[in-house]
This record gives sequence, C-alpha cells and structure tokens, in this order.
Amino acid sequence: MSPFEYAPAPESRAIVDIASSYGLFIDGEFTPSSDGSSFKTVNPATEEVLAEVAEATDEDVERAVKAARRAQQKLWGPMPGSERAKYLFRIARLLAERAREFAVLETLDNGKPIRESRDVDVPTAAAHFFYYAGWADKLDHAGFGPSPRPHGVAAQVIPWNFPLLMLAWKIAPALATGNTVVLKPAETTPLTALLFADLLRQAELPPGVVNIVTGARATGAALVGHPDVDKIAFTGSTPVGKRIAREVAGTHKHVTLELGGKAANIVFDDAPIDQAIEGIVNGIFFNQGQVCCAGSRLLVQESVAEELVERLKSRLGTLRVGDPMDKNTDVGAINSAQQLARITELTDAGTAEGATRWSPECELPSSGYWFAPTLFTGVSAAHRIAREEIFGPVLSVLTFRTPQEAVTKANATPYGLSAGIWTEKGSRILWMADRLRAGVVWSNTFNRFDPTSPFGGYKESGYGREGGRHGLAPYLIEGSSF
Amino acid sequence: MAAQSIAAPGARLEVRKTYKLFVGGKFPRSESGRTYEVADAKGRFLANAALGSRKDAREAVVAARAAQAGWAGATAYNRGQVLYRVAELLEGRREQFVAEVAAGEGLSTRKAEAAVSAAVDRWVWYAGWTDKVAQVAGSANPVAGPYFNISAPEPTGVVVVIAPQTSSLLGLVSVIAPPLVTGNTVVVVSSEARPLPAITLSEVLATSDVPGGVVNVLTGRTAELGPPLASHLDVNAIDVGGALGADGLAWGDLEAAAAENVKRVLRPPVGDREPDWTEAPHPRRILAFTETKTVWHPKGV
Repeated sequence: MSPFEYAPAPESRAIVDIASSYGLFIDGEFTPSSDGSSFKTVNPATEEVLAEVAEATDEDVERAVKAARRAQQKLWGPMPGSERAKYLFRIARLLAERAREFAVLETLDNGKPIRESRDVDVPTAAAHFFYYAGWADKLDHAGFGPSPRPHGVAAQVIPWNFPLLMLAWKIAPALATGNTVVLKPAETTPLTALLFADLLRQAELPPGVVNIVTGARATGAALVGHPDVDKIAFTGSTPVGKRIAREVAGTHKHVTLELGGKAANIVFDDAPIDQAIEGIVNGIFFNQGQVCCAGSRLLVQESVAEELVERLKSRLGTLRVGDPMDKNTDVGAINSAQQLARITELTDAGTAEGATRWSPECELPSSGYWFAPTLFTGVSAAHRIAREEIFGPVLSVLTFRTPQEAVTKANATPYGLSAGIWTEKGSRILWMADRLRAGVVWSNTFNRFDPTSPFGGYKESGYGREGGRHGLAPYLIEGSSF
Repeated sequence: MAAQSIAAPGARLEVRKTYKLFVGGKFPRSESGRTYEVADAKGRFLANAALGSRKDAREAVVAARAAQAGWAGATAYNRGQVLYRVAELLEGRREQFVAEVAAGEGLSTRKAEAAVSAAVDRWVWYAGWTDKVAQVAGSANPVAGPYFNISAPEPTGVVVVIAPQTSSLLGLVSVIAPPLVTGNTVVVVSSEARPLPAITLSEVLATSDVPGGVVNVLTGRTAELGPPLASHLDVNAIDVGGALGADGLAWGDLEAAAAENVKRVLRPPVGDREPDWTEAPHPRRILAFTETKTVWHPKGV
C-alpha cells in the first residue's frame, strides 16, 4: 500500500436490524400481500439478498386506498393544522434521532456511498419534514386563498435513486396539507420506507394516514389507476410519466410529474476552474450519476476545453470507487443489474457512434453492479449519449464558442429539469439563467437541494414543483372567499 | 356582418366583410380553401368563416413559436402597456362587438353591451398583471447554506387555447389574455358556431402593438383543429376548456394526446360546464401557463 492510499473505513451495519421478510404497511399494520406473493431486495454492492418483501396486489392497493380515505375523512382532514404540524415535527425529530440507522440501511439497499446517505439523503429528508411541519397550521397565509382544502387521498410513486429523500419530498407536503397517503417505493429499494413505517409507529401517527405498498410496476399501475385516489405524485422516468398523464386524461385527478433530465453544465473560459471541476464531478458522479438532474452534458467553451478535460481526468483519477459502506468511498454501486445494463448499452452506443471513451484506472469489485466513472469526448449533439438520459456515472463533453451557442445547445433537448453555469461574470450568469429552459439553474454550484427551494422541470421533465411554498400547491384546492 | 337588407330603389347595399384566419399577424384564407356558414342565434346567415385545416393549425404554431422569444423578452412593463393598448382599441370597437355578440349569442343589445364591457374590463385586469405576477408567485428561498436562491414564474412557451363555445367574446378574452400576460404566445381555436368576435378581435390585435404571431386565431371545426394541436410536439400547453360543448370532441381526448410531450393541460372546472365568465377572474389562469424557475448562486467574498 502506498503511503497515500486510504485504509478501509467501513461503517458498521450493526446499527440496523433487517428482518428476513416485510409485509405491506396498511392501516397502521404490517400485513402480507393478499396472494402471499413477494420479491427479494438485494444489496447491489454484493448481490446479497437483504430481505423478502411483500408484493401488493390490486386487492391490497384497494385496502390501502380505503384505509387512507377513511383516515382522511374521519381524522386527518378535520384535524387542526397545529396538531398535524406536531406529528410532522415528531417525524422530523425521529428521523434525526435514527439518522445513522436510516443511512446505513439506505446504503445497503441502494448502493450509494454511506457518506452521501449520511450527509445528504437522511438529513435532507428530516429537514423536509421539519420545513413542511411548520406549514401545516399556516396554510391560510400561504397564498392559496383563505382555508385551502386538501384533495383527499394522494397516490405517490417514488424512484430508487433517493428512496428516503423522495419519500420525504412526497409525504411531508401531503400530510401538512391534510391529505393522506398511499406510497409505493421502488421495487429495488423498499427497505427505508418500511423502516419509516416503524418510525411512524414511534410517532404514533394514526393508522391509515400513511400506507406503504411495496411492489413493482403492476402495483404502481394499480395505485395510479385506482378510481378513488384524488392526487397522483410521480417521480420516475419520462415514458412512465407520459403513460400516467394519458391514463388520468379526462378525469379530475390532480397530477404532478417529476421525470427525466439531460442537464447541461456550462463552463465558460473565465470560470473558477477548481470550483468548476468539483462542480462537474459532483454534478455527474454524485449518487453514481443516478440523478434526474445530473449534469450529464458538459458544455465547455472551446478555448478552455482541452485544459479542462485534462484537469477533469486527473480529478477523476482520485475518485474512490467501491464499497459503499466505506466512509471514504466517492462512487458506489449501480442500483440494479437492469440499470447497469442500460448504462452499458448507452455507453456502447457512444463508442459505436464515434465518441471517445475514457475511464480512470480503477478496480471494480467482483460481485455487485459496478460501472467506472466514464468520460466521453468528441461527442456531437446527435449522439445518443448527448440526447438520452443515461442515469449513470457517464459524462458527455461538448463544446461551444459563444454564450448564445451554449444556450441553444443546452436547450436542444426535450428535457428541462436543471442546468449549470460556471463563470465569474455576474451579468452573464443572469443572462444565461433567463434563457435556459430548466426548472433549476445552479450557477457556480451544482446539485444543491433544500426543503425551501422549489424543484421540478420544464418540458418533458414534468410539471409541478416540490419544495418551498410552491410545493404546497399540488396538494391543495385553492380556498375562495366567494 | 350581414344586416337584413332589402334591395329597394335608392337604398344602399352594405359592404360585407370576408372573415379570415389570423396567423403571424396576417389574415390568410384557409390553405384548404374551405369556408363554413356562420349563422346567428336564429339560424340566419351571418357570414362565411374560414374552415381552418390541420395545415393552418401547424402554420399557426410555427408563427406562435417564432414570436415567443420576443414577446417573453419584452419587459413586463412593456407587455403591460401593449396589452392595455388592446383594451383601448376594444373599447373603440364596442358597437361592432355588441352587434356580433348579440347576433351570435342571441342576447339583447343591453346584455350584449354588458358582455362587451366586461370583456374590455377583463382585458384591462389582465394587462395590469404583467409586472406583478412574479412578485405574487415568486419567492426568495431561505436555504440552509450560503446561497442566494430565488424562484420566479416564466412563460411555458406556445399555448393552444380551445376557446369557449358559448361566450364568444367575454369567454374568449378570459382565456387568451391570461397566457399572454407572462409572455406566452397563443394559438386559439375560436368558438365553432360563433367565431365572428374572435376574428374582429384579430383585427383589433393587428392594429395594436401586439407583435404578429403572438396571438393566432383559427376558425373552423373544433373537433378537426383540436386534436392535431393537442398532439403537436412544439406546443407547450393547452387549455382544453372549450372542448366542452364542441361537436364530436371530448376534452379528455385532447388531454390524452397532450401527454405525448408532457404538455401542461388546463382542464375545465369540475362539473364540466362552461364557466360563468362574469365571475371575478383569478390569477390561476395566468399561473397555469407558467414554469417556476429556481436559480442558485453561492454567497462569498
């Protein structure tokens, strides 16, 4: 071992107690699925089976929606906002108290580095509950008219990339506004949602207010298609989002969609280069690039492109890829074999279409799902790797000459979730920010998230905002004084 | 429009108007060469309106897209002034609108006058919103870190509006003014049976300071024009409310077609009835066609 290598610094998994099997959390109780079916969830870093999880059938979804409806009408809806607030504050506190347990479980089930689940996912989830808790008794003053009303039952379907954080983004505003919830976690990452059900027991949240139905696509479809849900909140792929939008067409179900992205991260020749390098790395390798708002298209001003790519390569050489439970790990495991296959397919297309592929030397573990940080240069706007969402640690580098060209290239995508700008010139930042068709614009930073800051897309990246005052709107029917 | 005129020695025969489409600031006939007969509420001939085609619809989207960046790029103050000017011109055409609304909707002159007055006032109300909506719907966000963070609404882009079938001027104004406020451009499919006020409004817009292409007016069969516009990939949003009461068209079908590129859809209100347009307006029609953009920047020395 060279003196500059890192010694292993594994986080202990002793803090978390994973059961061998989990039921569905309906009406305050864990119950098996109606037909006894289940699926396995694995640790993507090792392929070890972590637990057997019940797969909700149509009948189970029916039961969950009924429980949510009952709880909404009898209890949660009529409850004063100040009381709802206190439940949410409790949840925020309990999450903080059990933060390490959640972080370890998240990393085991998802494959993300413990450093990220510990420092980002779990604290941000707790902060989200804390933020929306405070809204619950102030809705009359939130700008949605006097006495705005909840829709009723919210069906929420979340992805596997930030399992607990997405749960918080969905559940916190729904409960604050007096809606009750049926949540479907992703098939490959159900465990922190099920641990969250245990936290709800400690919070003494009344039965039926939050119901968690685990399962795959069929469970999600049953939930979204259920005639008695009033509001659908979906985070996931654009194709599934479109399907949901078609399914609810002609009904009065309310929908918000947070879908895919292909963000441009734009670096000008006057950018603070060290900060920009860190921002680029954070933009695409955070969470293995499995982030809808990832800065997956690097647009570099031509005059500095060569230098920047060289420095980026040397920085990528220092990324530590491997055991997600190691506190020094920068890049963990890909979440599933299916996702790994998708990344592999698209990167193969990148090579086949003529782009130049580069990865740092790094040894990948022999079991589990792994993909080395990858950089493509010589990418044209027509290449699949420049157009399609890869959802992996893969960066496509393109160049531009003028600010107008940067805007045109950045906007030349059906997506519009996020964008990045790196330059020292303030007026240029604001000029660019006005023209970029993206819901979140990070200037001289990237991948920042905060409960108070609205997040969501333009164009095919979806509609509706999560976070901030704006994040209340999808869960409220505006009050009216006449 | 046609008044009842009887040829008699010494009487003057009125000069009738040919009603055309309004696309890109010009008044073309339908490329299809088709027209359809527009009758008053009692079934008497009023005019032949252009029977717009799918191709006309596509041309209108092209014109709207071309005009969008310029309209959105104008200052909010400037957009407010331009829209207010439209109200001034509407007022100047009162008599013509009153006659068209009375004939088309079968209203008494008094009721038609009330509708026209309300339409002018509605336009003024929306014109005043241009430089206020960002303050009402935006926010400075107190994030937990050393960052400047601000959210503001922006126009979504090109908006298709299926105009109400019954209220041919007040309803029309109530649905096309709101998307214009923030800088969207509009392709509107007028009331199928009562298109004349929409065309007269086009003449107002053409002589106002509203740039060509910002509002494009199609007349014809709602069921023919709605679906290709709903599925058009260069349209960002659609107000499907006017599909209520249109022959051979359900608003849900338009919404389903709109999913293809994740368009923003403004549905009709619950109950599926055309709204009472005399009710007080609400900024939600403006906000339905906006996107919230959030910008971050670090703070430091």
